[in-house]
Amino acid sequence: MSNSDWTPEQPLVSIRDVHKSFGELEVLKGVTLDVRQGEVICIIGPSGSGKSTLIRCINALNTIDSGSIKVEGIEVNNPELDKLKLRKNVGMVFQQYNLFPHKTALENVMMAPIKVLKQAPDEVEERARKLIKRVNLVGKENSYPGELSGGQQQRVAIARSLAMNPDVMLFDEVTAALDPETVNEVLLAIKDLAQDGMTCILVTHEMGFAREVADHIYFTDRGVIVEHGPPSTFFTEAKDPRTQEFLSQIL
Amino acid sequence: MNAKPALTTTNTDLAVLKPFKFSPAGQVNDLLFSRWLAEFSPRSLFLIALILLAWPGFALAQSNYSFSQALDALWRWLPFIVGKGFVLNLVVSFMTMLVGTIAGVLLGLGQVSPARAIAAPSWFITQLFRNSPWLVLLFIVMLALPFEIQIGDHIYPIPDWLKAVFGLALPIMANISEIVRGAIISVPTGQWEAADSLAYSRNQTLWLVILPQCFKRMIPPWMNWYAILTMATPLISLLGVEEIVTLSRQAMEAEDNHPELLVPFFGFALIIFFAYCYPIARYTIRLEKKFAVRQ
Ligand SMILES: Nc1ncnc2c1ncn2[C@@H]1O[C@H](COP(=O)(O)OP(=O)(O)OP(=O)(O)O)[C@@H](O)[C@H]1O
Ligand SMILES: [Mg+2]
Repeated sequence: MSNSDWTPEQPLVSIRDVHKSFGELEVLKGVTLDVRQGEVICIIGPSGSGKSTLIRCINALNTIDSGSIKVEGIEVNNPELDKLKLRKNVGMVFQQYNLFPHKTALENVMMAPIKVLKQAPDEVEERARKLIKRVNLVGKENSYPGELSGGQQQRVAIARSLAMNPDVMLFDEVTAALDPETVNEVLLAIKDLAQDGMTCILVTHEMGFAREVADHIYFTDRGVIVEHGPPSTFFTEAKDPRTQEFLSQIL
Repeated sequence: MNAKPALTTTNTDLAVLKPFKFSPAGQVNDLLFSRWLAEFSPRSLFLIALILLAWPGFALAQSNYSFSQALDALWRWLPFIVGKGFVLNLVVSFMTMLVGTIAGVLLGLGQVSPARAIAAPSWFITQLFRNSPWLVLLFIVMLALPFEIQIGDHIYPIPDWLKAVFGLALPIMANISEIVRGAIISVPTGQWEAADSLAYSRNQTLWLVILPQCFKRMIPPWMNWYAILTMATPLISLLGVEEIVTLSRQAMEAEDNHPELLVPFFGFALIIFFAYCYPIARYTIRLEKKFAVRQ
């Protein structure tokens, strides 16, 4: 699937000096970061700082103006990019779940592997049922999204992404729309994934969670990475006043 | 349940979803005609029928051609008017709907195409035929189409009613194109993005994710246009097609054109159109309510 000259020793996702504007508004002003295989990174920062835009560039939902994003050696900033090939390797979960409302939970999970990857339906179903079990939703296979709580829907969305066997998962504030009671069940599912060795890039406001699962935390503000570090030092030794202010508000 | 994503997920680069600004989006729920028609209560119908039937009885009581003679004439001509005339109205309405729906769906899909070379002409054709007077379109088609076509050695005549079908199908096509476009862009962009992120191709997204979700939404406005179309079929009598109004006039002529015939014959035409379209309108409104609750 990946480019021939990419090896697992190199960063799985490599972001170099990425710039992105929406019209006059420059949202990303030179962002650089690496994510190694099996690594979990969290991106935090105030609203409007460009977090969503950044991770949406990784699977080419947004295009970038300059710089480079490589996923397993595939250059995303390339007009001839095979987007479908890229997206088969990159899973994404959204704040609003975005499940397909006309399909049951199980069908939501099964559809892409069958239709996109052309895998055998019975094989896919077996795997889908395992994934449903993994996100703790046994018994909900035949429920429609409208019949599930936000937390349940989000876990179906995670299973749906995992069914494609991606190499890296993107999470964009996946608990932000949830009731406080259901946030935990979703975080648990992500934590399970992370501990299983899945490469994860998370945009989140859950600081406790970031501290617990992240290998590296990036703080962004107005389109640049202001500060970053492992959680052990990031929370205690933040130097930049913007980071300090943000942390003092949120912790 | 998916009301929120429409508001929050507008930050996308995907060209597909940008609605055209120049015409109001999502007129899918514009069921004015059906709503108007469906609001007749059965009692008011009865009253209208009564007035229609009784009025000439009073007004022309002294004339030598009595109202009951006129009714007798109507009764004699009924099989001809209905069996040949109204049936043709229905045939024309079915055929028009068939042609108009197929063309309209294609045109509507063209309107949401990411390729400007397809979207722009689709939009133009839609607006052109949506805003032209039906009768003008009918005359143009009538005069533009040949009255026969030659395929090999065979010469096939094109009957007038078939030309009328094409003429009426143009505005129907344009309105169905708008229904399809409106329904597609009413699906939250989050659905497109979710499908994109799962590596669906554009066509897969459209046919597996988007259209199944908005198919039901298209049915009530589609039926609304069917009722409007059916009510409009007498227009083609102006082109000499032998539908119910043309045949009613022929029948009245055969009965020496007594003015007393006018109200019973045309009153009957009104009633039969009403009787046919009223249940459709009621059903349209019911479906619309049902689908609205589900979403
Ligand atoms: N498609 C778009 N068109 C125009 N402007 C956009 C678009 N998408 C995002 N923006 C703007 O870019 C800026 C960054 O948006 P982004 O969604 O990346 O921020 P964020 O850090 O994810 O914020 P939040 O925490 O609120 O989700 C915002 O000012 C936003 O209004
Ligand atoms: Mg965001």
